[in-house]
Amino acid sequence: MQMLNSIGEWLGPALPAVMAALKSLVLLVAVLLSTAVLIYGERKVWAAVMLRRGPNVVGPWGVLQAFADFLKFILKEPIIPDGANKGVFLLAPYIGVVLAFMAWAVIPVNNGWVVANINVGVLYIFAVSSLGVYSIIMAGWASNSKYPFLSALRAAAQMVSYEVSIGFVIVTVLLCAGSLNLTEIVEAQNTKYGILGWYGVRLFPMFVIFFVSALAETNRPPFDLAEAESELVAGYAVEYSASLYLLQFLTELVAILTMSSLMAVLFLGGWLSPFPWIPVIGAPSVFWFLLKGWSVVFMFSLVKLIVPRYRYDQLMRLGWKVFLPISLVAVIIVAFVVKLAGA
Amino acid sequence: MAVAFFYLFSAIMLASAFMVIAARNPVHSVLFLILAFVNAAGLFMLAGAEFLGMILIVVYVGAVAVLFLFVVMMLDVDFAELKRGFLQVLPIGAIVGAVVAIELILVVGSWAIAPEGSAPLGAPMKPGLTNTQALGQVLYTQYLLFFQLAGLVLLTAMIGAIVLTLRHKVVKRQNIPEQNARTQAGVVEIKKVPFRAGV
Repeated sequence: MQMLNSIGEWLGPALPAVMAALKSLVLLVAVLLSTAVLIYGERKVWAAVMLRRGPNVVGPWGVLQAFADFLKFILKEPIIPDGANKGVFLLAPYIGVVLAFMAWAVIPVNNGWVVANINVGVLYIFAVSSLGVYSIIMAGWASNSKYPFLSALRAAAQMVSYEVSIGFVIVTVLLCAGSLNLTEIVEAQNTKYGILGWYGVRLFPMFVIFFVSALAETNRPPFDLAEAESELVAGYAVEYSASLYLLQFLTELVAILTMSSLMAVLFLGGWLSPFPWIPVIGAPSVFWFLLKGWSVVFMFSLVKLIVPRYRYDQLMRLGWKVFLPISLVAVIIVAFVVKLAGA
Repeated sequence: MAVAFFYLFSAIMLASAFMVIAARNPVHSVLFLILAFVNAAGLFMLAGAEFLGMILIVVYVGAVAVLFLFVVMMLDVDFAELKRGFLQVLPIGAIVGAVVAIELILVVGSWAIAPEGSAPLGAPMKPGLTNTQALGQVLYTQYLLFFQLAGLVLLTAMIGAIVLTLRHKVVKRQNIPEQNARTQAGVVEIKKVPFRAGV
């Protein structure tokens, strides 16, 4: 402890910056480990549903599969196509992965466990996730190849469309919570009714719309039109290989984790217990956050297995003609209810 | 610390704004424009206007610039063709640019900021109120009319754009309820084909 204090004195004014860097490092490692768990876990879930074994060779029960994949990507030779626009081609995956990790800076894992507790946390996540589309567009264009370009166009239109309804759904939550700060949004769900106080229950239709829009936003099945293998081979990733592809792969996985934890925070009460009146289980803790986040990830995995891929025009119709009007009307209704109940 | 970041963001912003017009490839130009937007958002945040900074990123970078990029990628601009006439119009362009620059210098150079003028700028924000709340309270009370008018202007512009581009061609449309209502009986006809006779 004495040593810690002396280190603190020695750092002086730079201490907050060093602490933030350390927190970020811990968070980065945790998110990277979670992606490893996600790779293995998802494949096991898919295998279980399809009555297969799934990864079971590398390590006990195949748990080291993700690390074997990682090594494979690192050791391969990255190939840059001759006609590619090299600068943009190399930059695209880096931008993607940086943005994917950036969003985690404001996600509160437990009360006070957050790197940056900023006032506009929700807007920050919304802004960062809306930037993610650039990585895909840049990759698709710079590859100088037909399939990636088509995929980039699809992805851009799709992500811009679904952001609109995600935005309105978030507005309904903000109206109820009265704050843009993610920690305060979780605290606003801390009522004596426990699980019934969560916005996922109180605004259940909005939760459903958010979940489906999140699938579209992260390019997950049934909305994986950008990488529909029967039409576009592998979409914007066709020309990428080795470590560059690893970054794209990582971007997608981290985006899924971000969206899941955002849903846990906005709709499922973050670190709050569903049954606050029970002695031990009722205590708020990081365990609840992890449980809720991974449950949403589990739903993400299952959707891939049980829903066939959408056609592109159906995707656009769902976004603009179904979700947008519903969420717009919901904003008005929620605003009225909040105003009347609050007055 | 904040000063260092101010100079960092400003320098990147100016450099990328220069690159927007200097880049040979139009797609690179748009990408530099986006970089300039992002750094402008950073400057907003340094000034304590975090809401404006975030909205700049969400609206301009996340939506408007995506469509920009979209259009520029689809247009196959041949820059050699465009550069060919460059020298012919260079003198006129230089004269216009010089006139605008001189006017700007004359106007801005004669500005004087009153010493007491900067005091009210920091005043109206109540303590304990976040940026977002303060903006909302002013925008939806004091400036409600202007806010609504701005919305109306945007709506008019949108309708105008739709009317200009809408051509009443015969468009094949999908009727979704009709598609969903299709049954096997109405669509498939099963025929017994005699051997070697054909249908």
